[in-house]
Amino acid sequence: MSPRDVVITGIGLVSCLGEGAEAHWQAFMAPVVPPVTDSTRFPPYTIHALPEIDWGLQIPKRGDQRQMETWQRLGVYAAGLALDDSGIKGDAGLCATMDMIVAAGGGERDEEVDANILEASLSRNDTEILLNEKLTTDLRPTLFLAQLSNLMAGNISIVHNVTGSSRTFMGEESAGISAVETAAARLRAGTSSHVLVGGAFQTEHPDMLLGYELDGHLQHGAWEPLWHRSAEGGGVISGSGAAFLVLETREHAVARGRTPYAIIDRVASSRTNRAPGALAAGIGRLLDALAAPGGDRLVISGASGAIDATAAELSALEGSAFRGISALIGHVKEAEFPFAIALAALAISRGAALPALDNMVETPFDGAPDAVLATTVGYYRGEGAALIRKA
Amino acid sequence: MAKTTDHLGRPVVAVTGLGVVTSLGAGMTENWAALTAGKSGIHPITRFPIDHLKTQIAGTVDFLPSSNLGMAALTYEMAEMAGREAIAQAGIGSDFGGPLFLAAPPVELSWQERLALYRQDDALTGYGRLLAVARKAGPSALFEAAQFGTVADRLADAFGTRGLPITTSTACASGATAIQLGVEAIRRGECDRAISIGADGSATAEALIRFSLLSALSTQNDMPEKASKPFSKDRDGFVLAEGSAALVFESLESALARGARVLGILRGCGEKSDDFHRTRSKPDGSPAIAAVKAALLDAGMSEDEIGYVNAHGTSTPENDKMEHLSLSTVFGARIKSVPVSSNKSMIGHTLSAAGAVEAAFSLMTMLEGVLPPTINYDVPDPAIDLDVVPNVKRSADVSAVLSNSFGFGGQNACLVMAREPV
Repeated sequence: MSPRDVVITGIGLVSCLGEGAEAHWQAFMAPVVPPVTDSTRFPPYTIHALPEIDWGLQIPKRGDQRQMETWQRLGVYAAGLALDDSGIKGDAGLCATMDMIVAAGGGERDEEVDANILEASLSRNDTEILLNEKLTTDLRPTLFLAQLSNLMAGNISIVHNVTGSSRTFMGEESAGISAVETAAARLRAGTSSHVLVGGAFQTEHPDMLLGYELDGHLQHGAWEPLWHRSAEGGGVISGSGAAFLVLETREHAVARGRTPYAIIDRVASSRTNRAPGALAAGIGRLLDALAAPGGDRLVISGASGAIDATAAELSALEGSAFRGISALIGHVKEAEFPFAIALAALAISRGAALPALDNMVETPFDGAPDAVLATTVGYYRGEGAALIRKA
Repeated sequence: MAKTTDHLGRPVVAVTGLGVVTSLGAGMTENWAALTAGKSGIHPITRFPIDHLKTQIAGTVDFLPSSNLGMAALTYEMAEMAGREAIAQAGIGSDFGGPLFLAAPPVELSWQERLALYRQDDALTGYGRLLAVARKAGPSALFEAAQFGTVADRLADAFGTRGLPITTSTACASGATAIQLGVEAIRRGECDRAISIGADGSATAEALIRFSLLSALSTQNDMPEKASKPFSKDRDGFVLAEGSAALVFESLESALARGARVLGILRGCGEKSDDFHRTRSKPDGSPAIAAVKAALLDAGMSEDEIGYVNAHGTSTPENDKMEHLSLSTVFGARIKSVPVSSNKSMIGHTLSAAGAVEAAFSLMTMLEGVLPPTINYDVPDPAIDLDVVPNVKRSADVSAVLSNSFGFGGQNACLVMAREPV
């Protein structure tokens, strides 16, 4: 036990399962399989859509809400939940010294403007001039800010007054992995005392689906169990979701009288060559690097469902009691790693393992876990894992 | 023997390699000669038609094979060129052996790519058709261009960097953030060396229009080389530009041990975010002031030791006014005698790359003993009483530099660099 241990004192989650740590714990303890999904809005793709959210609960000013599209609102909302949960929300002193690392992709493009340009381009030879014509007149000036990657963090600063420092990392799942790894390293080194870290992904926009489908990663058709999707398409069923964590040093949490959910003992990351056969061994090395205690272990996996990566992870996790959380929430990309860590921390603080979500491959875990692994293997690149322990 | 730990007992971070690409050219030699000659890299846009555009000038990098191949390709090529130059100068071979921190613009499919996809089918409309084409075609080369992790991944392969590379975006402060990440990794003892690269090849028509709609860009199209005029009374916006810079950082101990030439010391980094507005700074300048002070504190230096400020100096009415306010608050009356110049007067605003490009030029300023000028300083703004090194370079013996970077989203990041270890 060290005063610089990295403890988790706040969790903010949003997914198709609802919002908040408690709602997610309940949903994972009594899983509905197959989960409720939406296969009608973006056929042939199935998605895990956002629940109804009263944005005003975390973003009180209508003006602030209007400056954002759903992706940024979702991140700002989940960040607010985490701040509330940690008791930091509204504490001007703590917010002004709080550091922030956000894992972000990009925001939503204007679907209608894009569609009009695409269609008009068919009857024009001067498409570049068409672009200038349309974009100068049809783009909303503020949309640019709603699309900018670092403006999720910018809006968190504005709405929740988190103003210590603000860093945004990009790069799909890896951004979320590096965000947590960097935040934990800064806490251990004493360069931060408390950090807000997390990310959001909003899949309910065709451009976000296109990002996957240009490489054939999306599952086509109805939901199928996460670990064996191979019938049609590339295996990923995406979801809209967000996960933010409040991390602080043990001494900082103790000084303000907070009881942590758990500690982040170690974080490891890698960039394994994805040549056939190499990934399972790479994931194995990553888990070894965490020096997790032996015996039965519980793993909260952020596996994406992508055929090759998920098969490799399945093979690397053999012998562990693992839970593929994207089965219920969908693949939430930048938010995947913080999401997996949040559920691992909940399992520790509640003294119970999540039940198996897929009885074909997920095995029972009895008793209260003292240590839980959280993994995220990128659907295309990058891997990360964390060892979460009892505080 | 130099002390290899700093005032807080952390490893001193030395710079042993620099590389740069801007509209002024490729490589530090060419860039430094042009920059100190007061040459502008701003020119009429030829990459795409300028019909209907209010701003028709930019500092695009037009001389590379990827210049017309889209944002991802050009950003990569410039990052690789700058990275290779820096690694070669540092005398490190093809296996870099430390982590990579990249500042790069957010990526998305280019319009050319979207239009080409759309023409491949005639069923459905809008995104429905794009998705149908993607579904039928299977894995496409376009995929990589629209993944945020691609550029860093390719650089990691090219240079043999270690671990998962980090790509950061803090808008126009990104380059400084990438540097801060590298410095922190060495200070924590995670590595002996790191490479930080800022690269931005995102000057597309849509990017230009987006900034234009926010009224951020200069519209002084008639004399492109005169449009970027930081601290001048008639400044009317920044000039969009492209470029890249790379810095190789090493613990001073490791650099000395292998006999590397130390080009300078990255003494301190400071950051502070602003919750006032998405594009405007808090009127009292407190976040920028706090960032400057944090960088000095981190460096263990007082403002009296700073001999030159490499300003963010974008040439927007708002930035230059606020930067003057922050500097005069931190430096007091002394600010009038501290030279403050803006590289952007010549190279424009290289956005995600700016913090890295300007840090590289700051180190050159100390090494060469020459202050690059602020060009186009013909009509001084009486409200901004600074020694901007007007129009002509100046010889000066500078031992410590402050470099500022401020960005949309309340981003403020400052760096303090010194010529010598303490």
